Amino acid sequence: MTGTIKKLGTLPPKWRDETTRQLQAGETLLAWFEADLNDRLHFVRELAVLTDRRVLTCREDRDSAAPWRSWPLTDRTELRTDEHGSAGILELRDASGRLASWRFTAGKATEAHRLVQKLSGWRLGRQGGDRKPTMAVCPSCGAAITADEGRCEACAAGPIRPSMSALFRLAAFARQRFGLVLLGFVLTLTATAAGLVPPYLTMPLLDNVLIPFQEKGTGDFSLVKWYLGGLAAAALLEWLLDWAKTYVLAWVSERISADLRARTYAHLQRLSVEFFGGKRTGDLISRISNDTERLCNFLSINLIDFGTDILMILMTAGILLSIDPVLALAALVPFPVIVWMVARVRGRLLSGYRQAGAAWGMMTSVLADTIPGIRVVKAFAQEAREIERFDASNERVFYSANRLNKVWSLFSPTVTLLTTAGLLVVWGFGIQRVYSGGIKVGVLSAFILYIARFYTRIESMIRMASAVQHASASAQRIFEILDKHSTVPEPARPVHPGRLRGRIELQGVRFKYGAREVLHGLDLTVEPGEMIGLVGPSGAGKSTLINLICRFYDVSAGAILVDGSDVRSFPVEEYRRNIGIVLQEPFLFYGTIAENIAYGRPEASREEIVKAARAARAHEFILRLPCGYDSLVGERGQSLSGGERQRISIARALLIDPRILILDEATSSVDTETEREIQTALENLICGRTTIAIAHRLSTLRRADRLVVVENGNIVEIGRHDELLEEGGIYARLHQAQMDLVYGRDADGT
Amino acid sequence: MEPDRAKNGRALPQPFTLSHDVWGQLVMTDAEGLEHVGVELVRAFPLSDPRHGFAVCDSDGRELIWLDGLDALPAPLVRQIEDELAKREFVPIIHCILRISSAVEPSEWEVETDRGRTSFVLDSEDDVHELEERRALVTDAHGIRYLIPDVRQLDAHSRQLLERFL
Repeated sequence: MTGTIKKLGTLPPKWRDETTRQLQAGETLLAWFEADLNDRLHFVRELAVLTDRRVLTCREDRDSAAPWRSWPLTDRTELRTDEHGSAGILELRDASGRLASWRFTAGKATEAHRLVQKLSGWRLGRQGGDRKPTMAVCPSCGAAITADEGRCEACAAGPIRPSMSALFRLAAFARQRFGLVLLGFVLTLTATAAGLVPPYLTMPLLDNVLIPFQEKGTGDFSLVKWYLGGLAAAALLEWLLDWAKTYVLAWVSERISADLRARTYAHLQRLSVEFFGGKRTGDLISRISNDTERLCNFLSINLIDFGTDILMILMTAGILLSIDPVLALAALVPFPVIVWMVARVRGRLLSGYRQAGAAWGMMTSVLADTIPGIRVVKAFAQEAREIERFDASNERVFYSANRLNKVWSLFSPTVTLLTTAGLLVVWGFGIQRVYSGGIKVGVLSAFILYIARFYTRIESMIRMASAVQHASASAQRIFEILDKHSTVPEPARPVHPGRLRGRIELQGVRFKYGAREVLHGLDLTVEPGEMIGLVGPSGAGKSTLINLICRFYDVSAGAILVDGSDVRSFPVEEYRRNIGIVLQEPFLFYGTIAENIAYGRPEASREEIVKAARAARAHEFILRLPCGYDSLVGERGQSLSGGERQRISIARALLIDPRILILDEATSSVDTETEREIQTALENLICGRTTIAIAHRLSTLRRADRLVVVENGNIVEIGRHDELLEEGGIYARLHQAQMDLVYGRDADGT
Repeated sequence: MEPDRAKNGRALPQPFTLSHDVWGQLVMTDAEGLEHVGVELVRAFPLSDPRHGFAVCDSDGRELIWLDGLDALPAPLVRQIEDELAKREFVPIIHCILRISSAVEPSEWEVETDRGRTSFVLDSEDDVHELEERRALVTDAHGIRYLIPDVRQLDAHSRQLLERFL
């Protein structure tokens, strides 16, 4: 009963009292679900409550005569969910048909699903079945979630951060190099101060030496060597400090962006296959290379300049005020005007840069689209259209840049004009002050020198406004990757698989790509060492099933158990060490053949590599290559035939000595002659391992212990080759079709 | 079947003899006295481990005998094998790079090798491969390989020329 009270507590307050009133004595609340749409898909809330006796429901609009309806639970009562696009449906059925239905938006899908699971879970519990509680899985992204929570962390995206904060997040990377950042700052401060000394020294040089000499014919020239010496020393000091500052800060910023690249790449490698399916390679490469590079430039050039500018402006203003406050105030009159202008133009620049960035992105994606697909473009003679498409996006780049230039071209000279105006004010005001005897000529000339520096600094500061926008866009693109969670999460309490025996059990395995369910509850047990051939038409779900077993994805519902444990409870890497995979298109990395064979076990000895190559029937063709096992393959390496590449990938799988072997169309891209060779190689590989093989050519599966025929996401037939032929079902049909093809060709030949 | 025979080859006490027939072809007589005409000797790891892993292949490239190393073999046979390998393997060792024509591809190289001075054309800078332990392999436009055993051992001028390719 305490459970019920706790459950009632989780109900939204507005339903709580009424639900309590509806429950009969001794009735236990199992679960509830709040649908957020009505049957006409208007936003109306409706509560579905599951108890140990009934299913109850109550609608939000109270106009209906009987707000509460209920159906008793029988053995035939069934709850199921279905999704059509973004609106899902939860249905209550029994033998007589549909009793009730609730509609909900996509965000509620997990909760609806939980209700369904609760019913089946409760039933199992009552029957005394001790099935392990299956982990709930987010239906939209496939990530495992804790059963009680009902919400997926991966999907519940955080609020979109404002652009600047991405830059501040860089500070986390800077913190690791705090000492050097501090050193860089101190150096900047001293270098800027050193730069301000020369104008200060011109003041006494003029007032104490040159002007007295000109007026009276006498001057203390013994001081000149001190002043000139001081000027030279200041220049030298500035040079030295500038050099140290530039080097230290450039080092720090290069270091930070290298750290960022390393972190991003490491994170990228850990993301699940699903992430890469939805991303363009070019875009990911550009994020890791260009965006980090741009950030580095920003940190090392713009940010340093900006810091120096601020310091310079503050120090100059301080010096000016200390020499002559009145003249200083006059000189600074245009300053607020410039600040106001910057603030106004910044908004325009921002939207302009964003537009320019988008246009640029569009242009790159045209390139990324057509260059890899150039053969298709040429084959269909669509060069002219592609050129047009590129021209159109190129023009957009031009126009958006043009729009920016319009603002910029007016803005920059205006600032210069205001600077000159500032200088004029100083001249006019200063001359008047000299005339009235308030200041000396030396002071005025020092002022002019300072003010000129002051305003050039302001000009360069304004450029900073655009650099910030650029850099924060880059930072955002990088953090976008860093913020992604793997949809194949590591378990909180891992079970270490060690070396598996290789017994695979599928229990009601369902899988969805987005809203489309491609596997509808598969059940299958594969004994250790057994070879299973997966047969079925394209799109039946064979590859999906293999992806699930490899844990490239996680099931949407149900579970995959290996040696009796849910695969989601294994640490991903440890689990995959037990799996060998041979794909249709073997991928060879750039490197030697020996390195490629040892990819899964880099520490393997040369003897082991040769042994694996022998078993994969690759040894002899490797010896025929000019460099033997040291021959380079992969991009720009020795070109190998499809069959040779495949045998190298078989050797690769053999070397890790996996317990579970996956063959995904391993022989379908080669001719029959080569297939025979590969087949012998595969037999060495399969021997004694749990093997799941997909093949279109049924002849490749003759060694399979059992054939599993999959159609439309369901297992339709299981059995040995001859059994299935006798049955005369789908397999027999497929087999007949292939035989016809073979004999048909023979008939043509005669 | 081949792997089995190779395994036997490893276990043989008096493994095989080598000779040349009247046509100059290499003939290998195995332990059973069977003659194989036109055999070839190859190293499995010519670059990364030239002292281990040898195979005697027949004219079709099928492996007849596998040798893990030469240590266990009688000295005259080892000398014979080494002579044959030296005849077969043509990988000049670059001692010094004299000149690289231009920064644009293809570039012409003039080098001093252990087999004398020569020049060759390099198609692209991707054809200079850095192997482990600072070794570098240069493959020219015709596929001839030149080895630089240790980049650090080159003189300063050669190193400078090579630098942009690594």
